[in-house]
Amino acid sequence: MKETEKILLEVHKLKKNYGNKEILHGIDFSVHRGEVVVLLGPSGCGKSTFLRCLNGLEEIQSGSILLDGSIISDGKAEWYAIRQKIGMVFQSYDLFPHMTVIENILLGPLKAQKRKKNEVEKQAAELLERVGLLDRKDDYPAQLSGGQKQRVAIVRALCMNPEIMLFDEVTASLDPEMVREVLDVMKELAQQGMTMLIVTHEMNFARSVADRIVFIDEGCIVEESEPEQFFTAPQTERAQRFLDIFSYEN
Amino acid sequence: MSDWGINVIFQGQNFLRLLEGLGVSMRIAVVSVLISSVCGIFLGLLMTSRYVAVRSLCRSYLEAVRIVPLLVWLFVFYFELTKVLHLQLPAEFVADIVFSIWGTAEMGDLVRGAVTSLPAHQRESGLAVGLTRWQVYRYVILPQAVRRLLPSAINLVTRMIKTTSLVVLIGVVEVLKIGQQIIEVSILKVPTASFWVYAIIFFLYFIICWPISLWAKHLEKRWQ
Ligand SMILES: Nc1ncnc2c1ncn2[C@@H]1O[C@H](COP(=O)(O)OP(=O)(O)OP(=O)(O)O)[C@@H](O)[C@H]1O
Ligand SMILES: [Mg+2]
Repeated sequence: MKETEKILLEVHKLKKNYGNKEILHGIDFSVHRGEVVVLLGPSGCGKSTFLRCLNGLEEIQSGSILLDGSIISDGKAEWYAIRQKIGMVFQSYDLFPHMTVIENILLGPLKAQKRKKNEVEKQAAELLERVGLLDRKDDYPAQLSGGQKQRVAIVRALCMNPEIMLFDEVTASLDPEMVREVLDVMKELAQQGMTMLIVTHEMNFARSVADRIVFIDEGCIVEESEPEQFFTAPQTERAQRFLDIFSYEN
Repeated sequence: MSDWGINVIFQGQNFLRLLEGLGVSMRIAVVSVLISSVCGIFLGLLMTSRYVAVRSLCRSYLEAVRIVPLLVWLFVFYFELTKVLHLQLPAEFVADIVFSIWGTAEMGDLVRGAVTSLPAHQRESGLAVGLTRWQVYRYVILPQAVRRLLPSAINLVTRMIKTTSLVVLIGVVEVLKIGQQIIEVSILKVPTASFWVYAIIFFLYFIICWPISLWAKHLEKRWQ
């Protein structure tokens, strides 16, 4: 594990219901600054729900969430302000179809953060350059491939200068040949020290990028370990069963 | 030449008066379309509110406007309301009000339909980049919703233009009324007068509504 200087995100006893059904049963969890955590778990176990709770897209029933030491889940802090520090990229292509690539990227920094246009434009250009899409900045999302759209979505989140990035299966609806280009971008981000919380079904990627694997099943954290340990000798039978499903892939 | 029925139209001030009448109809249409567009957007957004009470209130308004025929609304406002409130509103003003109430309801339902047809993750992506709820509407939802609803909104506008002819029944002197007056004075001399007058009114409405319909079709193609 990296030097664990400081806890950036902390979750205590988080519970989440949909209707009468409890989906998350009291999650305790934390991420250190600069750490890359990959969440694994079978479909429907609550990974997406958990990420959505972290940036206030879902209300939680009990427990607390702290960012940088201060509570963000008590209703006093405004979520729209907190979300500027928590970048999120979803599985579905979620660019705004009526805006060009650059307009998509500038919307948050200009309207939510009220930053200066030329400063943000410069940063956006640098980020686009890094993901190899600077020449597409005036295109509309419909003109891009799935992989390109997801790279733009990542840039859009990064341009807010977030403290932490949440990724929810961002390669799950991509054609196989495009998965790589998106994972490469995420890998580079990880190497540059971005704090990241990643939900993915790409096991090789998880193994190579993660500082820590968190395995969730049926709304509980079942196992937490370093990737080598998790993939070679999982401590729980549930994690073992989960890994068996993927063993044909590699 | 006087046996040519069509000459009725061009005798004296007739054609000019018809145009003036058309002007009255169009003024009512334009005013109510403008009011309906602005209020309709707000009604439409309210109809997608998180609060059940707000939604059902809007819904009842829409249903009330739809269930009762427009002509009855005109009569209620023009004859009954004046009796109850003891104040005489000018017929054209009543027309503006009733058409705005109707247009707002219909426009609101179109806006609601367009907004709810957008995928939920559009809203969430907007929130995720730190926009407030209002900013999400302003920059993400409405621009996309407007593109979706424009063709049907324009159809509503042509429907409103045509339906203004109802106001003749509360005594507004518009194109139809003037047509009838022209027919009345000419019918003895020119038996075909009514045919020509209605033909020209048909033509005038067509000239106005047809380009609007074409425009709607064009936008539909461009934005689909
Ligand atoms: N809006 C909702 N209303 C009711 N139940 C929901 C809702 N969203 C998710 N659920 C339920 O919550 C549980 C967890 O869903 P979630 O999407 O978080 O799973 P996940 O781990 O992300 O699965 P996947 O790997 O398939 O994405 C599932 O049982 C799901 O059916
Ligand atoms: Mg999911």
